[in-house]
Amino acid sequence: MKKLFAFVMAVMMVVGLFAGCGGDAGGNASDKGDAIRIGLSGPFTGDNAVYGNAVKWGMEVAVEEINAKGGVQIHFMSEDDVSDNEKAGTAYATLMDNNMQIFAGAVTTGPCLTLAPKTVTDNIFMMTPSGSNEDIPKAGDNVFQMCFTDPNQGAASAELINSQKMGTKIGVLYDSTTDYSNGIKKSFENAASELQMEIAAVTSFDANTTDYKTQLQQLQSAECDIVFMPIYAAQAVTVLTNANEMGYKPVFLGCDGMDGVLTQENFDTSLAEGLIMMTPYAADNDDPANVAFVEKYKEKSGGEAPNQFAADGYDVIYAIYEGCVAKGITGKTSNADTCAALKEYFATATFNGLTGTNMTWDETGMVSKVPTAVEVQNGTYVSK
Amino acid sequence: MKKNIHSMNNPIRSLWNNKTRRTTFSTYAVVIVAFVIMQLLDSAGMLSYAMRGQLIPICVYIVLAISLNLVVGISGELSLGHAGFMGVGAFVGAVTSTALQGLIPDATLRLVFSMVLGGIFAAIMGLIIGIPVLRLRGDYLAIVTLAFGEIIRNIANNLYVGMDEKGLHFAFLSEEGLHMSDAGKLVMAGPRGTVNITPIATFLTGFILILITLFIVLNLVNSKEGRAIKAIRDNRIAAESVGINVMSFKLKAFVISAILAGMAGALYGLSMSNVTSVKFSFTTSIDILVFVVLGGMGNILGSVIAATILTLLPELMRPLADYRMIMYAIVLIVVMLFTWSPKLKGAIEVVTGNLKEWLGKLTNKKEVGTNG
Repeated sequence: MKKLFAFVMAVMMVVGLFAGCGGDAGGNASDKGDAIRIGLSGPFTGDNAVYGNAVKWGMEVAVEEINAKGGVQIHFMSEDDVSDNEKAGTAYATLMDNNMQIFAGAVTTGPCLTLAPKTVTDNIFMMTPSGSNEDIPKAGDNVFQMCFTDPNQGAASAELINSQKMGTKIGVLYDSTTDYSNGIKKSFENAASELQMEIAAVTSFDANTTDYKTQLQQLQSAECDIVFMPIYAAQAVTVLTNANEMGYKPVFLGCDGMDGVLTQENFDTSLAEGLIMMTPYAADNDDPANVAFVEKYKEKSGGEAPNQFAADGYDVIYAIYEGCVAKGITGKTSNADTCAALKEYFATATFNGLTGTNMTWDETGMVSKVPTAVEVQNGTYVSK
Repeated sequence: MKKNIHSMNNPIRSLWNNKTRRTTFSTYAVVIVAFVIMQLLDSAGMLSYAMRGQLIPICVYIVLAISLNLVVGISGELSLGHAGFMGVGAFVGAVTSTALQGLIPDATLRLVFSMVLGGIFAAIMGLIIGIPVLRLRGDYLAIVTLAFGEIIRNIANNLYVGMDEKGLHFAFLSEEGLHMSDAGKLVMAGPRGTVNITPIATFLTGFILILITLFIVLNLVNSKEGRAIKAIRDNRIAAESVGINVMSFKLKAFVISAILAGMAGALYGLSMSNVTSVKFSFTTSIDILVFVVLGGMGNILGSVIAATILTLLPELMRPLADYRMIMYAIVLIVVMLFTWSPKLKGAIEVVTGNLKEWLGKLTNKKEVGTNG
């Protein structure tokens, strides 16, 4: 009897959960009203949740600001894809079933590559906040990017070193197993040879490396005074620690993957002093729009400062919003018309956002904005 | 006497009276009916976009679950590297499909060819691993298959394949190693996975693959060889003592399972424009194992149903947002507890018993009618 009772209680609780949440979803499901329906697919759970949630919260801040203004309203929907291609397919499909009009995703590269061809077939306008692979916008003329492409970052880094005269002997340290690191390194080398800069040493590691002293010794013996490392923050932490132990003190330069280095666990942030990275966004910017954004974002994230993913997400929503206002798009405009109008808009548009000013898009859909660099000083990013 | 002969001539009755045939028949029936219903719903435009996108993955997971059931349930060996075979099939299938694009313009034919080749490569892998590894028992086999899955994933993660007018180019670690002409395009780009793939997989091919899988597995299980495999599972020493070649039968089950997983993998690889090696990690192997365990070891229809429900479940629970994976886990635990509770088993038996009685009466009545 006891068991039966327990079972009945369990069933009721499960049903209750389903019913409760089902009700919420019913409220969210959009009827084709005046509001523009923008969808996002990103990893909100799993290993890459930090990126997905940053984008989502950034977008939500933008949507709330726009809706508070009155005028054109936005209905924002987001679905979890765990950064898995198959799940991204169903996340996108679920958004489509909810009458998505504009796709503001996906967040990570794999899902972007999977979904871009689908948006081409469905004639849905797509703008990814953070998918940086150069193959993504090549999927179709309706696919746009808000972040820098990988080759762009490499070339911009080479120019930065050249224009700021950061060093004479350049060393490169990269991860041979990720597409991200490989792509940037390649374009950096190309740009460096064009600018007639001398690369003194190139050294690589793979994903399982836990100690970088061998690679650093190579760079040290080549007397490199600047080390370009297009790698992720988690690895950079170990590199910086190892270099400190060896007493090797060149200028370290990283790309957008380095963003978040100061929030890594168990890392003595003083070691990152003087580290320079190419990131389009620094949370300490005094611009009033940015100050307001940081404040609202912190409410959503529980006190965490926004990174460039959040800012990219915020910018995507505003860019789409400006396009819709300019072209008179409402929730009643068909998907095909929306897509055509926005394509036309972004061909000539200039956009000012948190991640850059005077942004434009080329015919493939890649963004062109002035690359900015920040330097770590006293534990915060300072624009360089 | 007369009645007895007659009843043997009645195909429905003879089907129903034989337990093995009954299970076989109901397995096929469930799959075919489900397919017909989905097709009808689809043609009537009643399927949601999300549901339509799930059809091919469900077919793939059903085939994977059935084929793993052959190893885990029927042959009694624990394999944790099934996703490895799936991965081999997926990447071989993707490369084959691109390579044959000019030669075989017909998409369906190319898909079939890619699936067959994916199956063959998986079979070779199955043989290479099976011959040394099946001599191990229990936990050892589990660990070696686990390692195999990881090896496949890591190789795929570093493999670059390109295609130009001279044919296929292969390289390890970097794209430059391909030495392609300017007209060449990438097929596999290391960590980025398969690129430039046109999805050609269809629900119909998936359904046919399930039927082929069922045909192979059910026939094998119910044959003399199948009984030998089950005898090895139940008591290896006794089986050896009656002259059954343990190695050869185990290897047969293992390789057949690998072929089917490879074919399913090829179908999967050609259903999406981008497949990365991360998909074929340990987690996917465990997912497939969960389908098999939840559906019941050695129960083929159970694998089909479990694979379908457990693939759909996380998608159906999307409204729960962040809680859905917790709910998924709770559902797994609840199902595990209650399918093994003797009370529930008793209740199910009462229901099926009534159903059997009713169906038996129905066929009997028919017989009387025709007799009279």
